[in-house]
Amino acid sequence: MSYEFLQILWFILIAVLWIGFYFLEGFDFGVGMLLPFLGKKDEERRAIINSIGSVWDGNEVWLLTAGGATFAAFPHWYATMFSGFYLPLFLLLVGLILRGISFEYRSKDPAPAWRNRFDWMIALGSFLAALLLGTAFANLAKGVPIGADMNYVSPNGIMTTIGLLNPFGLIGGLTTVAVFLLHGANFLSLKLEGELRERARAFAKKLYIFAAIMVVLLAVTTYIYTDILSKIGVNPGVIPIVSAIALLASIYFINRKMEGWAFITVSLHIVLTQVAFFTLMFPRVMVSSLNPDWSLTIYNASSSQYTLTVMSIIALIFVPIVLAYQGWTYYMFRKRISTDKKELVY
Amino acid sequence: MDPVTLSRLQFALTTIYHWLFVPLTLGLGWFVAFMQTPFYQTKDETWHKMSKFWGKLFLINFAIGVVTGIVQEFQFGMNWSEYSRYVGDIFGAPLAIEALLAFFLESTFLGVWVFGEGRVPEKVHLASIWLVAIGSNLSALWILLANGWMQHPVGYVINEANGRAELVNFFALIGNPKGWIFFWHTISDGLAMAAFMVLAVSAYHLARKQNVEFFKRSFQMGALVGLIASVLIFLGGHTMGQFMFENQPMKFSAIEAHWETSQPADFSILTIGDLTGKREVWSIRTSQIGIPGVLSFLACNNFDCEVKGVNELQAEAESQYGPGDYIPLMVVTYWTFRIMMTFGFIMMGASAWFLYATCRKDYENARWLKLVPFGALALPYLANASGWILTEMGRQPWIVYGLLKVQDAVSPNLTTLDLLISLIGYTVVYGSLAVAMVKLMLKYAKAGPDAAMHESVDVAPTLVGADD
Repeated sequence: MSYEFLQILWFILIAVLWIGFYFLEGFDFGVGMLLPFLGKKDEERRAIINSIGSVWDGNEVWLLTAGGATFAAFPHWYATMFSGFYLPLFLLLVGLILRGISFEYRSKDPAPAWRNRFDWMIALGSFLAALLLGTAFANLAKGVPIGADMNYVSPNGIMTTIGLLNPFGLIGGLTTVAVFLLHGANFLSLKLEGELRERARAFAKKLYIFAAIMVVLLAVTTYIYTDILSKIGVNPGVIPIVSAIALLASIYFINRKMEGWAFITVSLHIVLTQVAFFTLMFPRVMVSSLNPDWSLTIYNASSSQYTLTVMSIIALIFVPIVLAYQGWTYYMFRKRISTDKKELVY
Repeated sequence: MDPVTLSRLQFALTTIYHWLFVPLTLGLGWFVAFMQTPFYQTKDETWHKMSKFWGKLFLINFAIGVVTGIVQEFQFGMNWSEYSRYVGDIFGAPLAIEALLAFFLESTFLGVWVFGEGRVPEKVHLASIWLVAIGSNLSALWILLANGWMQHPVGYVINEANGRAELVNFFALIGNPKGWIFFWHTISDGLAMAAFMVLAVSAYHLARKQNVEFFKRSFQMGALVGLIASVLIFLGGHTMGQFMFENQPMKFSAIEAHWETSQPADFSILTIGDLTGKREVWSIRTSQIGIPGVLSFLACNNFDCEVKGVNELQAEAESQYGPGDYIPLMVVTYWTFRIMMTFGFIMMGASAWFLYATCRKDYENARWLKLVPFGALALPYLANASGWILTEMGRQPWIVYGLLKVQDAVSPNLTTLDLLISLIGYTVVYGSLAVAMVKLMLKYAKAGPDAAMHESVDVAPTLVGADD
């Protein structure tokens, strides 16, 4: 396998990990943000948490694997992005910590104050994580001050990392929040029963408007703030159009109470938008706002050919195994969740 | 404070904290899996309750290990970007493999285990807890292979063109003896920690005559595993010492405050240094009480081999790597080693004593049961933290032994303010986590097995000791 082939292969693999993460943890984050608003009574909140209880941790491993794979395959990408996005990533980690611990600890004490605190921590943690991920991705495309030595240039100290929260970054972040909310509401109307199921669908209807507005805003501002549409890496062809159609179609299914299709179309929208992002970026992985030659690409950021070869063999063997057993757990826990206390685990 | 010091402080804080919880996960997982197996075979309800009760404590502890583990995965890039660039070609691989092979396994099957009872076939439910235990221990293996490489780099070349270390032999990386000795030492440490947790909680209930049958069985298991594990820890530690003597002689001699080269070498019983930690003021050594050559024995299983002193090793390092201070902070290496070793020996003795006690029929009436096992719980925690502080600080000034210094490894773009924000933030968040965790652990440990059969302690039957 040639060096270039391996670099492209790992770009695709890391893209797949991110896409998988957005698709899976996307609804987890949405469910988390909706929790205190959708669930009024304790059993309702428990049912909502139980709908993702058995899978959220496995879904989050997609993020860890994306991080680890980036470290192994493109160390410079890992080093520049993680050090450059220092404070936003720190907040993202705080969000993930608050959220993760709350799922486990909420149910271990019945005091309403205890439970309420963890419910809001789940919502806040999910919101922070979704917002900051979206912000980070928007800034990858917009460009950040990367110098000739691949390091973040920070003449303004702390303001440089806070600078990620620029208008375009925030639009990217809020779009991610909006789409994940919609994705989560669709997931819940698919997984819950009775009144909660209806309430989730009603939420999806309203959230659809928010998501649609944000997606349009993001598409327009992408023209203004980034060069990825003029310096197209690989032409994504009809992918963005199909992605838009999928989002448009989802409201039809939401209105017609076709929950499965509503979930599939929004999932398709999320997946295809991410595919479009990575094809437009290719072969760049981070854009330098200082000098186009200082951008990080799969060629100047990658590991050696030997390491990529070893990692490819390992991925080839284990990725299918992981996909098989993770898919199997979704099949195992496919039943709808009721608010019957005997059925609830958490 | 400068960014290098703050980054080190933050790494120490987050890693030591993470590692307070993970060893218990590593060990207690095996306990729960082992308890659920006879339940599956014989349908004995006590085994069922044991797996549920210890499983509950396992879950409360597990959650903290998971959420603080995400920080571990990210902070190499966040705080140590130059390190990540220099070693990413090698160090990234075990990290990625850890996520792919171990994290997916443990987190997916933990979900199956927690949510699957009564929903998946019993055989699958049993298999899932074994897979959780295997997954978490596999994850320890890969991260220890990564750390082993930092302590003892193998299978690499320095690429002069791009100035980084590159992997040339993957099998050397995964066969690194340092990593495997770490793994041996660490999983036995996890088992010991779990054993002492089981002993402490069981003794609490036995002393109060609650669920006697249940906790006698647990106590016996804890004592047996505790003894086996602490012997394994000792053997692993001794092997590690000899490997260190050959490959990190400076760390070895710094642990012993061994300043001058000597043959045979003497083991320090007590050495007091000055305030800089770099000079000896007063010392008493084994030869003064008539046993010479103990340090030589620790180094090479022979009472008469030569052990180089810190001063000579410093001179050697200067001629090899240029001027600089290559001596780790000796007051730390010297004392952490002694804490680790002393506590390790006490653990061995204590678990042997507990095991011996279980042979007597009415040991649950013994007065020591009220306090001793509970106090002993501190031993594995302190020994374990001391051991890691020793391993990591004993390697200073290196981040990758002989290749890259800590001061050259930090992210150059971070300011003191960035680091203060994150350091204070982590301290607050981690502190609150610990409060919630200890509260729940105490609550469920005290409530006993009946409560663990229910989702929440407070809706569980208040009657304890129902099965006596």
